[in-house]
Amino acid sequence: MSDLTKLTIAAARDAMRKGDVTSAEITQACLTAIDGADALGAFVHKTPDIALAQAQAADARIKAGDAPAMCGIPLGIKDLFCTKGVPSQAASRILEGFKPEYESTVTGKLFDAGAVMLGKLNMDEFAMGSSNETSVYGPAINPWKVDDRQLTPGGSSGGSASAVAADLCLAATGTDTGGSIRQPAAFTGITGLKPTYGRVSRWGIVAFASSLDQAGPMTKDVRDCAIMLQAMCGHDPKDSTSADLSVPDFEAALTGDIKGKTIGIPREYRMDGTPAEIEKLWSDGTAMLRDAGAKIVDISLPHTKYALPAYYVIAPAEASSNLARYDGVRFGHRAKLGAGDGITQMYEKTRAEGFGPEVQRRVMVGTYVLSAGFYDAYYNRARRVRTLIKRDFDDAFAAGVDAILTPATPSAAFGIGEMADADPIKMYLNDVFTVTVNLAGLPGIAVPTGRDAQGLPLGLQLIGRPWDEAELLNIAYRLETAAGFVAKPAKWW
Amino acid sequence: MSIDTETARRVAKLARIAVADDALPALASEFNAILGFIEQLNEVDVDGVEPMTSVTPQRLMRRADVVTDGNQQAAVLKNAPDAREGFFAVPKVVE
Repeated sequence: MSDLTKLTIAAARDAMRKGDVTSAEITQACLTAIDGADALGAFVHKTPDIALAQAQAADARIKAGDAPAMCGIPLGIKDLFCTKGVPSQAASRILEGFKPEYESTVTGKLFDAGAVMLGKLNMDEFAMGSSNETSVYGPAINPWKVDDRQLTPGGSSGGSASAVAADLCLAATGTDTGGSIRQPAAFTGITGLKPTYGRVSRWGIVAFASSLDQAGPMTKDVRDCAIMLQAMCGHDPKDSTSADLSVPDFEAALTGDIKGKTIGIPREYRMDGTPAEIEKLWSDGTAMLRDAGAKIVDISLPHTKYALPAYYVIAPAEASSNLARYDGVRFGHRAKLGAGDGITQMYEKTRAEGFGPEVQRRVMVGTYVLSAGFYDAYYNRARRVRTLIKRDFDDAFAAGVDAILTPATPSAAFGIGEMADADPIKMYLNDVFTVTVNLAGLPGIAVPTGRDAQGLPLGLQLIGRPWDEAELLNIAYRLETAAGFVAKPAKWW
Repeated sequence: MSIDTETARRVAKLARIAVADDALPALASEFNAILGFIEQLNEVDVDGVEPMTSVTPQRLMRRADVVTDGNQQAAVLKNAPDAREGFFAVPKVVE
């Protein structure tokens, strides 16, 4: 077989089961592709020895005839996941040299299912960013290119998006706190799913904002999202917010039949300054779902405008609390101390050296909004607004809406460094369509459906009812079929 | 709400992040930009609205109050920048 790295999970699974190809062969092809793609900055810790050993074990299981769907599938793992004995540093200097003594629940489940780890993937530091430029490793680069500029793959799961789009791996894990799976998926022409909050265990994933963080699959198509989510999710007693609910067969839900389903189009997502090609992408996608037999209704989510400001209170507040653990005592970096420096100087110097500027900024904003005198005015007000944002969605679903269609991002991928001089708010606006979903705890998926005038991929987002990833995936599957997006970036790296 | 250099210094101190004096004015101005953005929340009528504590209606899971783990001193200390005689080592805390 040729082009083994281009295989989807489903195609690789079927070919391995038939004996047409082995996991060792696919894994070796991926490792070769990775070694030839350093210019993309996607893989930041390569684990070829682990990969080849896991592939060999997977081949034995497949031969024995009872292998799960993910068995033998080579994956990239975002650096935010703790992987036993393998550097896991959340793209931060403060976790330099950290090798966890334990395995995250998600990677543990994937490996138990026979999946193969090729290495760790680049990301924004502590998942704080929308362009992968805050990484201590340097930026990941988008394999899509239309002129001599290097483009961002988005963030924070930029390395995951770049690696999947460039066929360095069959799929990758991502995490999404405000859009960090869906925005990079849209920027690179791949599919990315953020599950319902509580569907996937957060145990062993470096925490950013615990009430918003959720891990999910980043894949080449919707079917692969369904297969990979199946292996990642499920109840975990080690995460107190993990839901003890039965998990349906997501792949079996992909019938493509959406006749009679109601799709909501939220009027507040039609924002001033949205480029005409995004508007067109959205109306084209709406027409595709209508043609497939869905009923299209206009809906209102009145508090949409307040989602980003609420997010930029809640996420930094939780981050300032979560990141308090990086103090130079138990793991990671400790600053060199001067004569007479006490423990406070150790904390302050360690954190100043270990955290990059965006992380420092968010930790301090979080500290401020939680500080005495401001807690009610900022933090409690934001949590009240969050209640209203969730209520908007509850009302829409109660009125019979099955899923909501929106753009995934306000633009196509932009150039590395282009936002360097902009104020932080401009970068935050990347998440304007995705952040509501985290605040409401809902599942959301980005599907590539078109390209802009320059030829860069653009994606649409579907938002589903809580715990109904199966329905959401089926609607996304229909949209994917109708859109027929098959473009791939031309290899330049 | 406007943040001055002194407030920026106080916040940096609370966050235990060393910030040089000459970097404080720029930091204060970044805080002001972000807080200005956040101020939009004041437009929302939140009277009688409960602050969200859990995005899913479920109660936090409980477990039996029993020891389930332990005896992993070596693993716990493995990643410490400075560990001695079975302890994390830090600069002198008490004079």
